[in-house]
Amino acid sequence: MTTARSATTVPEAGAVVPAGLKGLLPVLLALPVLGLLEWLLRASPFATYLLSVMGVNIILAVSLNIVNGMTGQFSIGHAGFMAVGAYLAGFVSLMLKGVAISFLPEALSDQVFFLLALLVGGLSAALCGFLVGLPSLRLRGDYLAIVTLGFGEIIRVVVQNTDAFGRALGLSGIPQTSGVGMVYFGVFLVVLVARRIAGSSHGRSLWAIREDEVAAEAMGVDTTGYKVRSFVISSFFAGIAGGLFAHFVPIINPGSFTFVKSMEIVVMVVLGGLGSTTGAILAAIFLTLLPEGLRSLFTSLGAEGSLAQKVDQIRMPVYGLLLVALMLSRPQGLFGTKEIWDVLPKWWARRKKGTS
Amino acid sequence: MRRLVPMLLAALAALAAGCEKKTQPAPSGESGAPTATAGQSAGSAAPEGSDTILLGEVGALTGGQATFGISTRNGVELALKEANAAGGVKGKKVAVRVYDDQSKPEEAALAVTRLITQDKVVLILGEVASSSSLAMAEKAQAANVPMITPSSTNPAVTEKGENIFRVCFIDPFQGFVMAKFAHDNLKMNKVAVLQDNKSAYSIGLADVFTRKFTEMGGKITGTESYSQGDTDYRAQLTAIKKTQPDGIYVPGYYSEVGVIARQARELGLKVPLMGGDGWDSEKLYELGSSAIEGSYFSNHYSPDNPDPRVQKFIADYKAAYGGVPDALAALGYDAARVAVEALKRAPDTSSASLREAIAQTKDFPGVAGTVSLDEKRNAVKSAVVLKVADGKATYVTTISP
Repeated sequence: MTTARSATTVPEAGAVVPAGLKGLLPVLLALPVLGLLEWLLRASPFATYLLSVMGVNIILAVSLNIVNGMTGQFSIGHAGFMAVGAYLAGFVSLMLKGVAISFLPEALSDQVFFLLALLVGGLSAALCGFLVGLPSLRLRGDYLAIVTLGFGEIIRVVVQNTDAFGRALGLSGIPQTSGVGMVYFGVFLVVLVARRIAGSSHGRSLWAIREDEVAAEAMGVDTTGYKVRSFVISSFFAGIAGGLFAHFVPIINPGSFTFVKSMEIVVMVVLGGLGSTTGAILAAIFLTLLPEGLRSLFTSLGAEGSLAQKVDQIRMPVYGLLLVALMLSRPQGLFGTKEIWDVLPKWWARRKKGTS
Repeated sequence: MRRLVPMLLAALAALAAGCEKKTQPAPSGESGAPTATAGQSAGSAAPEGSDTILLGEVGALTGGQATFGISTRNGVELALKEANAAGGVKGKKVAVRVYDDQSKPEEAALAVTRLITQDKVVLILGEVASSSSLAMAEKAQAANVPMITPSSTNPAVTEKGENIFRVCFIDPFQGFVMAKFAHDNLKMNKVAVLQDNKSAYSIGLADVFTRKFTEMGGKITGTESYSQGDTDYRAQLTAIKKTQPDGIYVPGYYSEVGVIARQARELGLKVPLMGGDGWDSEKLYELGSSAIEGSYFSNHYSPDNPDPRVQKFIADYKAAYGGVPDALAALGYDAARVAVEALKRAPDTSSASLREAIAQTKDFPGVAGTVSLDEKRNAVKSAVVLKVADGKATYVTTISP
């Protein structure tokens, strides 16, 4: 039975949180590493941009995984929350464009305002998540999917018709203050939060809801409360991702936050394995780099001239085909509900045995 | 926690108290300066020793605007083929690398960054959609690589900086074209305006039309508004009918214009309607059918233009890709030819001299009008006026600025 399986997986997930992930230590360790990364990449705009896109996708996938993977609810409006974060953070930054803090160097005061804008974006997305989640998460089944889908579309249409948000043309001129360091600090935070939730008693309640909602309720789990909380956390990080996105993409417009974007994130989560944080990370990395990799492959195959121009067009169909092949070969996702450190040692041991 | 909150509050207060106006208005320009020089050296260093000059193009080859991107790419390809057949530029072949942006601005920004830093192109062409062009312009300007957009008409695109050019006219120009045509060719004195309040494009055209037409001595009898998506325009049309205009200027999109035309005829308004390139769609003739007959609109180019240059382009295009080229193909062709001309005139392929050469483009004979670039890097060029007759648009005249 499914409940029996959950009983075996859940304590395992709780036990694997390394002791180092407790306390403030990881934050102190992450900051200099990120600073170094930013410094190393300062002369390479392409790598910076690609890594930033990748980071945003990781944040989106890991945060969606809290709802879709750990809690077992099906949300397909993540791009809507991202849009809320992107537009509000962008709007705040545009408002504060001409202001600086007198006793700080300008670059630093820009970062302070950037953080402020991110917080505004994240909190407003979380508020939207609360408002959307509260009524719809009381229900079971597919209702959440329909409501989140509707929410995403509503946000897009509202933005398209609001003068302050630049309507269909989009919002441009947002100060481009984001860097790899800031994006990956967001990645770091979302992973930290996701892993700590997974290992906590809160997380065990989420796993219980995922496996069997009726049984969880019978055991005294406040299912609606837990679902709404995980949904709000997930929306908050989607808002942060949107805010980051708005600060390195020169123009944000409603076309970037369509249903297609939501589905891309769902695909990342499913491909990585529902419930696996490292799976979501790896899938996000893989799916962000795949189109660019195909581009490199095709341009190296075809010389300049007509061939190289035609192949960029077939890049996306190839991407789709690869995705289908991957899902057929591993329907449970790359890691299932496990994390990379559960999977790799066993796989390694099996391989060794096979060769010897 | 109890001690943390006041501390946080104090920190916030200190930050808020420290807020002031920035002394330098452009912090991004300051931080952008080192990358700009890096981009410049990279851009000029690449082509040394190789026998091809590489251009970059970003277009929507997939996604919602795929036909725009593919037409533009075909136009660019045709222009470069011709240039290479004629001996290339300074003995070198010109090649273009085209990247798809899936009709999304963030993908356009990624593609253009890749073109600049990985492929080290000397010049960038694209995009059609103004939002994608704006994203690209930001990156191209920061990296100091010249960029020519074939068909983004939003004025904000070239305002991004001195590296960004365009070979099409900007939105407000069409208002002027129609005002001149209505006054000089159609001999109208009283015109009513019906504008789409939801579209910046429509309002821009209507404002310029009103101003220019009044300057020429005409009279605007009334201005009415509708919103995109409306289906009933009888109230506005009745108000317009009372003022007895000689014509109505409706700078909207084809989907509404078709319905407006029908309802105007139902109410007995027989005067011609006039509009801009938002009318340019087969759907217009379907929606408007007989009601839209005898109306006029301005556009970038017409395949009926008897100019031999245009007819040769159409014949070549048909031979290469089949089908009559649309305005986007013509503008892509022009953009690539302006780029090739600039490459020929520039002493080297560094971005500074290329930018200089493009800026000097004057009276360039393009298929979509003669291109001269003004000091704002916008093309000052003629537009064509088309008349709807027998369910299609026929060429009437060319209006120069």
